[in-house]
Amino acid sequence: MNARLLPFVVTCGIFVLAYGLAWLQFPAILSTRVIGNLLTDNAYLGIVAVGMTVVILSGGIDLSVGAVIAFSGVFIGVMLRDTGLHPYAVFVLLLLITTLFGLAMGAVIHLLEMPPFIVTLAGMFMARGAAYVLSIDSIPIRHPAIEAIQSAYWLMPGKGRLTLIAGLMLLTVAAVTLLIHRSPFGTRVMAVGGDARTARLLGVDVGRTTVAVYGLSGFCAGLAGVVFAVYTSAGYSLATVGTELDAIAAVVIGGTLLTGGSGFVPGTLVGVLIMGLIQTYIVFDGTLSSWWTKIVIGMLLFGFVALQKGLVQLRSRKGGGRRRARRQSAQGRAAA
Amino acid sequence: MDAVLEARGITKRFPGTVALDAVDFTLARGEVHALLGENGAGKSTLIKCLTGAYARDGGTVLLDGRPVAPRSTADAQALGIGTVYQEVNLLPNLTVAENLMLGREPRRLGLTDRRGAGREAARLLADYDLDIDVTRPLDAYSVAVQQIVAIARAVSLSDKVLILDEPTASLDAAEVERLFGILRRLRGRGLAIVFISHFLDQVYAIADRLTVLRNGRNVGGGPAAGVDRLALVNMMLGHDLAQAETGHRARAPDDGPPAAQFRDFGRSGRVEPFDLTIRKGEIVGLAGLLGSGRTEMAEAIFGIDGSDSGTAEVGGTARRLDSPRAAIRAGMGFCPEDRKTDGIVADLGVRENMMLALQARRGWTRPVARREQDRMVADYIRRLDIRTPHAEKRVGELSGGNQQKVILARWLLMNPGFLILDEPTRGIDVGAHAEIIRVIEELCDRGMSLLVISSELDELAAYSDRVIVMRDRRQVAELAGAAVSTGAIVAAIAAAPQQRTAP
Ligand SMILES: Nc1ncnc2c1ncn2[C@@H]1O[C@H](COP(=O)(O)OP(=O)(O)OP(=O)(O)O)[C@@H](O)[C@H]1O
Ligand SMILES: [Mg+2]
Repeated sequence: MNARLLPFVVTCGIFVLAYGLAWLQFPAILSTRVIGNLLTDNAYLGIVAVGMTVVILSGGIDLSVGAVIAFSGVFIGVMLRDTGLHPYAVFVLLLLITTLFGLAMGAVIHLLEMPPFIVTLAGMFMARGAAYVLSIDSIPIRHPAIEAIQSAYWLMPGKGRLTLIAGLMLLTVAAVTLLIHRSPFGTRVMAVGGDARTARLLGVDVGRTTVAVYGLSGFCAGLAGVVFAVYTSAGYSLATVGTELDAIAAVVIGGTLLTGGSGFVPGTLVGVLIMGLIQTYIVFDGTLSSWWTKIVIGMLLFGFVALQKGLVQLRSRKGGGRRRARRQSAQGRAAA
Repeated sequence: MDAVLEARGITKRFPGTVALDAVDFTLARGEVHALLGENGAGKSTLIKCLTGAYARDGGTVLLDGRPVAPRSTADAQALGIGTVYQEVNLLPNLTVAENLMLGREPRRLGLTDRRGAGREAARLLADYDLDIDVTRPLDAYSVAVQQIVAIARAVSLSDKVLILDEPTASLDAAEVERLFGILRRLRGRGLAIVFISHFLDQVYAIADRLTVLRNGRNVGGGPAAGVDRLALVNMMLGHDLAQAETGHRARAPDDGPPAAQFRDFGRSGRVEPFDLTIRKGEIVGLAGLLGSGRTEMAEAIFGIDGSDSGTAEVGGTARRLDSPRAAIRAGMGFCPEDRKTDGIVADLGVRENMMLALQARRGWTRPVARREQDRMVADYIRRLDIRTPHAEKRVGELSGGNQQKVILARWLLMNPGFLILDEPTRGIDVGAHAEIIRVIEELCDRGMSLLVISSELDELAAYSDRVIVMRDRRQVAELAGAAVSTGAIVAAIAAAPQQRTAP
């Protein structure tokens, strides 16, 4: 088996195991109803985490996405309230804005050679600020077209509902999986994340790849914003604070290396589902504080980083991945 | 002469340095053209200016008589110029096939046609006798295989010009021969090839013409047959090479206490258990082909992989060498082979890089006084002839060979009781070779013990008191005293494997 897929397989194993344990305690948890809700409740997180996966694979980070989602909600609310535009037109306009916003951040990162952490942190403040400027209050989002989206679903066997927004999330995962793991663009992203200098000397247009990656993340954040607005029927500038960190956690739990160049997009979906499952368990239990979600996720994150380190070491013992192991030992030596 | 590539007056300035000063360079169709010069002479910079990796500050480049100005390596590839840059090989996190096909993947419906890419990649490698699975990640293979894959990629990209910057640094003799066979065939087809190397034997074996750079200037060249070795070295250095010591280093055998002693020491799967005793002031050479277990043995001794059998004694006390930290604490040092991944901290300056090991041994609470640092660093910059404008220059901006010297200096100035050097002179020019050997011998005369791994057998024979020959992860021979000679080492490496005696 490809050792690179091992973190993904382990993630899937953990998900199945956790679901199994929850099922022993609450048999009702194993139903398409619960699964449908799991997908719907986490649709926006899944979409934004997939965009984050691409950014992390390219060796970067995008801290602006939570704020962009909040901006999206406020933007949609204000536009529907103050203009006669049809929601679909508003959505297209919004996606255009967030994509351009991502492209601009990518351009700054590449052209000014600034660290993505700083640039997207600035982007986070700007997007959040723009949301405040549009409105400080929570704006209800109502429109027949949006109600139609909210009530569109496919009835799964067992009466579970696969809602339109959950389907949109699954579609995004599938499309980005193809883009990253089956297209020439995806190979470039991996190349840049592996070693940007070498990639450049091999003829990869690092600038264009970087800009495109942040553009894609901006698009995903906008799409997540649309889904979140539809899901909550409201736009609020204080919403989704810290969602970028949830997304990063999902990416890491999904088996993508934070240093870039190695990972698997569907892993992120499983990461999101693990986080959603913990939440669902807490709801079923009824006595636990929902803050337990955070604690469990924190422990999982630790576990995964340790697991990945262990895997790398295991591989180096067997002789494979020797260079990487040696690089680590060199760091150890320098730190000694 | 039928010139394919003609460069006139190429100039490149870096802050504080003129790397290239109006260099002319002409490359003819169907020739192998060696580009020579000391470390820091500007060879790699010239290549990067020609292929668009650096923007040049002046000069023109004509390809087939037409001026070209590639702005990126992708442009150069599109013009039919394929390049393997020094120490920048490929991307270890991608598969072999992805590396080979990067930038020209066959597509189907906009997606990569992976089957087609795999087939094409296998075809590109067919000439190289490599039995590897192209769908596996590149870092599953040895550095030598990676190097060959990098060359195969460059060859397949070059319609007109192929440029190889020190391509043979990590290849063994058989692989070099195979590469040369391929280069000769490409030359026969009319490809123009630029070959950069510090191995003069290889240069004379393959090159038709030579060009020598010194301090960023073209100082001469001509048909390889018309320039003899001595003249060539003089041209590179700009002065006569101080007569290198020949013959065996004369030293009385030391029967003092052993500096380090290993019994039945090994690590399963990496190197079989061995016994090794190194006396104070002794130089022990470690010879063998690539993959014979030389590096693995050194790494086991230095605690990089940990050992799983035997005992170690360093400086008279038993030690558990289970990590580099433990080894450093025991007074050992290790200068690794692969400087890009194992040694250099490219963003730190020359001084900081050199001080790392010594400072680590003392602990960060007892910093070495700045004055003392400056003195030591200046001393080694002078002794190893490191070409840098000042001691604070970022190491990443030095030439490849000068980076190697900085790492070497890091371990030499720590002056450990027992030092391991893995290919210390790789990528280092002829002039500096002699210097480095002199410094090594001087340190050993003052009591340091040394274990040196080297593929340059002449050199190994010249300074080693004893030579251990490895094959198949085992010690197969030990030569001592008068028996140490290049011929004897070659014979031991090549000897038919002994029959394994049944346990
Ligand atoms: N990116 C850079 N920034 C600043 N100076 C540089 C940079 N690259 C090279 N130089 C300087 O240019 C000079 C020529 O370096 P170059 O790498 O071309 O040498 P070289 O002939 O290839 O040597 P070697 O045999 O050691 O590889 C050196 O003095 C080096 O310090
Ligand atoms: Mg060079």
